[in-house]
Amino acid sequence: MSETELTERELHDVQVAEVITPLTVASAAVEGAGQRMPRQSSRRGIRALMPRWSGKLAIGLGLLTAIVAFGVAGPWFTQDPRDSDNPSLQPPSPEHLLGTTKLGYDVLAQLAQGTQGSLMVGVIAGLIALGLSIVFGILAGYLGGWGDETLSLVTNIMLVIPGLPLVMVIATYFPARSWLLVAFVLGITSWAGSAVVLRAQTRSLRSRDYVSAARVAGERAPRVILVEVLPNLLPLLAAQFLFAIIFAILGEAGLSYLGLGATDSITWGTILNDAQTGQALGTGAWWWFVPPGLLIALLGCGLALINFSIDEIINPKLRIAPENARRQRKAAKAGRGIAGPGLPTATTTTAEGISA
Amino acid sequence: MSATIMPSADATGEARAQGQGGSLEARNLVKDFRLRSGLKVSMLHAVKDISFTVEAGRTIALVGESGSGKSTIARMLAKLEAPSSGGVFIDGAPSGSRGRALERYRSEVQMVFQDPFASLNPFHSISHHLERPIRLHHPGLGRAEVASRVEELLERVQLEPATRYLERRPHELSGGQRQRVAIARALAPGARFIIADEPVSMLDVSIRLGVLNLLAELQREAQLGVLYITHDLATARHFSDEILVMYRGDIVERGPADEVILNPQHEYTMRLLEAAADPERHGALRDEVRRAE
Amino acid sequence: MTAPEASARFGEPVLTARGVSIEYEVDPPVQAVRDVTLTLHRGEILGLAGESGCGKTTLAYGLNRLLKPPALQTSGEIVFHDRDGDDIDVVSLSDERLRAFRWSKVSMVFQGAMNSLNPVLNVRAQLDDVLRTHRPGMKKAERLARSRELLELVGVDPDRISSFPHELSGGMRQRVMIAMALALDPQVMIMDEPTTALDVVVQRGIIREIMRLRERLGFAVIFITHDLPLLIEISDRIAVMLRGEIVELGTAESVYRDPQHEYTKRLLSSFPSLRGDRGGFLRGTGANQEVAS
Repeated sequence: MSETELTERELHDVQVAEVITPLTVASAAVEGAGQRMPRQSSRRGIRALMPRWSGKLAIGLGLLTAIVAFGVAGPWFTQDPRDSDNPSLQPPSPEHLLGTTKLGYDVLAQLAQGTQGSLMVGVIAGLIALGLSIVFGILAGYLGGWGDETLSLVTNIMLVIPGLPLVMVIATYFPARSWLLVAFVLGITSWAGSAVVLRAQTRSLRSRDYVSAARVAGERAPRVILVEVLPNLLPLLAAQFLFAIIFAILGEAGLSYLGLGATDSITWGTILNDAQTGQALGTGAWWWFVPPGLLIALLGCGLALINFSIDEIINPKLRIAPENARRQRKAAKAGRGIAGPGLPTATTTTAEGISA
Repeated sequence: MSATIMPSADATGEARAQGQGGSLEARNLVKDFRLRSGLKVSMLHAVKDISFTVEAGRTIALVGESGSGKSTIARMLAKLEAPSSGGVFIDGAPSGSRGRALERYRSEVQMVFQDPFASLNPFHSISHHLERPIRLHHPGLGRAEVASRVEELLERVQLEPATRYLERRPHELSGGQRQRVAIARALAPGARFIIADEPVSMLDVSIRLGVLNLLAELQREAQLGVLYITHDLATARHFSDEILVMYRGDIVERGPADEVILNPQHEYTMRLLEAAADPERHGALRDEVRRAE
Repeated sequence: MTAPEASARFGEPVLTARGVSIEYEVDPPVQAVRDVTLTLHRGEILGLAGESGCGKTTLAYGLNRLLKPPALQTSGEIVFHDRDGDDIDVVSLSDERLRAFRWSKVSMVFQGAMNSLNPVLNVRAQLDDVLRTHRPGMKKAERLARSRELLELVGVDPDRISSFPHELSGGMRQRVMIAMALALDPQVMIMDEPTTALDVVVQRGIIREIMRLRERLGFAVIFITHDLPLLIEISDRIAVMLRGEIVELGTAESVYRDPQHEYTKRLLSSFPSLRGDRGGFLRGTGANQEVAS
C-alpha cells in the first residue's frame, strides 16, 4: 500500500495535509514494515475508536472523575458557601477543613461550588466551540469552492482576532454577567483553531476513495458527511472537545481573576479573584488560593492525559514505536537476539538518517 | 483525435437483439485544471478532446502512464469531476449531472477504484458497503430482500459463504477480498457499465489474475461494458477487446488489442512496449550494456 | 550447484549470510525470516522475489543491521568479505564500526526513496552531507567535484546540482538517491523496490543505468521486487522467498525455464505474456465472441 501511484487527482490535492484515519493507520503501521505481522487484536468498529487502557489514561480518568464527583456531590456535604457567620481567615481546622476566607466563607464549600461552576462553564463553552468548529471546519472542508471560501474567511478572521482581549471587550458590555453568558462568549471565541484543523482533515478525507465511492453509489452530501466522514473524525473531535474545555476553564479563571467573570456564581476564578483582592498572599492565607489553583492544574493535567491517549488512536505510531522498542529489548535481554540492538537510528529511512 | 470507435456492425446488432445493447460514450471530453503557485495561475490540460465509446459486452482498455489523464477520464465518467467541455452520453442521450438524471446515470455506470485499502470505509462493515447502493437504487425493497441481494452479490464475487463476510470490517480482509467487495458494490445498483481504474495494481501479483478473471467472467455473464484503465500492457491485451493508448491527455493510438500490442504504430506505444519487462530477453540488457562500456 | 562451482562461475563472494533468522517480537513472536543462507558474489545482481509479507525487505534490512524494533535477528551469521581481503563479521560490529560499515561498504536504495530527499536542502547539500560525514578528510572543493561526478555517473546533468528535490522529476530524484548510495564507492548495493513507484519508461532508464554502473564500478546488487519478469530480465541469479524462506535459488534462466517450486511456477504464471500466446486466460476475444453469438 505504500506503492503510491501518482494520479491526476493528486495534482489538485497536493496542498492537502497528510491525513490519518485511525484504522488505516493502524493497519499501515503494521503492514508498513513490509512484513506480515499478526494483528495484535482485531478491534472492530466503534471499539477501535476507543483509547486503549494505559497508565496515562487511568490517571487522567481518575483525576477527571474525582474532580467531577467533587463538583457534583461536594455542595451537598459542605455548608452554604455564602455563609459569612464563620470567623474570618481561619487556617485549616477540623471544623473548616480548608479554613475560611476574609469574609468568613468556608473555603471548602466555596471550592465545591466553584468546581461545579467552572466545569459547567467549561462544558458549555466546549460544546459551543465544538459545534461551531464542526460547521466551519467540516462543512467548509467538504463543500469546497465558494462555500469553503466564505466559511474559511470567517474562520480566518476569528483566528487572527486575539481571543482573551475580545472576550474582555464583550464582557465589559454586560455589567451583570451570568455564567451562561461567560460560557457563550468563551465558546464563540475559541473554535477557530479547531476549525482549521478539521477543515484540512476533512478536505483530505473527502478526496479519499471511499468518499468518492459513496458518491458514485449515489449517496447525498449530508449523508456522506455524517456517515462516511464524521466517524473517522471522532477521535479528533473528542481531543478537540477536551482541549476546548481546558481552554474555556482557563479562560474563565482568567476573566474572573480580572474581575470580568460571572457575577452570579462561584467559580475557581472568582475564588482566586477574591483571594487576590483579600490580599491572601500578603497575609499568608495559602489555604485560600492554593486549592483552586491546584484544582485547575489537576483538571488540566487529567484532560491532557486523556488527550494523549486519544492522540495514540489518531496516530498509533505514538504507541506502537515505544511498545515495539520495549518488546525488542526484552527479547534481546532474554538472550534471543544475537546481533546487538544496532544503532538507535532507523527511525528514518532516508539516506541522511543512515549517513548521519 | 475525435473519431469514435465504431463497433463492428454485427456485434452491435446481436447485442441489441438480446436486449442488452446500449453504449457509454465520451464525446470530446476536455478537462483543464488550474494550478496555482503563488500568484501565478497556469493551466494543466489533463484531458484534451477525447472521444470513445464503451459498448455493452465489450471491454476497452485505456493504457497510459501516471499523469496521462486516464484517471481523470475515469472520474469524469463516474461524475466525480465535471468536464471542462464535452459530454458523456449514455445510449446516445446526454447524461444528467444532478438530481434524478444523475441518480439514473449512477444506477447504470459504476466504478471500481484502484486502492481497495482506501475505497472501503474502515469504519463500516462489509454489509453496509453493499446495502447502501441497493437501498439507494431500489428503494422499494424490504429488509429481507436487501439482505438476500447482499448475500447474492457476495457469492457472485466468490466470497463464500457470504455470511462469513457480512459483519467484517475492511481491515479484516485481504487486499484481494477487499477488491472483490468493491466489485460487488459496483454491481449492486445493477449497473450496465463498469469503470475499473487500475483495479489490480495495488494487489499482490499472485492474486491479480484471479480478480481480473472474476471481472471478465462477470462482464460476460451480464454483458457489461467495461472500461479497464491500466498501465499494464500485458493485462490490457489479454482482458480487453480494444486498447486506447493515452499520452499527455491525448489518445495517440487505438485499435484491436492484439493489433496495438503486436503491431504498434505510434512511437509512444513502441516506447511503452520496449520498456515493459520481458523475461524472454533475459541477459540481453546486460550484454548490451557490457558492449557499450 | 556446489559452492566451488558457483564461485568459479560468479567470482568470489562479497557477502555471505548463513542460517539467518529474524523474528518480530510481537505477541506471539513471528518468524519473518527463517534460516536463510545466501551468498552474494562480487559484481553480481541477485534478485530477491516475493510478495508482500514474505520477509524480503526484512532480510535486506537484516543484512545491513538496519532492523527496526520489534524485529530482532535471532540466529545466523553475516560476513562481509572486503575488497582488501578482510572479513567483517557484521553481526558483532560495534556501534561505531557499524556506522562506518553502513553506506561505505553496503549502501541501500529504499522503496519510494525519491520521496525521502530532504525538501528544503538542494542536491549539493545532501550529497555533500554524505561525503562530509564519512570522508572527513575531503576538502570542500573535492567534495563538490565528487558530487558533480556522481551526478554525471547516474545520468543527471551536473549543472542541476543546485536544484531542490521538488524541481526534479520522480525519476531524477531516484537517480539522485542512487548517486548518494554510490557516493562512498560501496561494494554492495541493496535496492528495495527502487523503481516500483515509477512509470515503466522511466523505470527502464534507471534499470539500464544501474546495469551500466555495475559494469563500470563492479558493485554487487541485491534487487528486491515482486516483479519477477523484470528480475528474470536483469538478474544473474534469483532467490524466491515465501513466508520467510528462500524456496528457490538459481540462475535467472533456470528459474524462468525450469522452475522447481510450486510457488515459483505460480508467480511466473501470474504475469501474462505481453507478446506471446494468450495462454490459459479466461478471457479472450474468442471467448467473448462465443458468448455474443
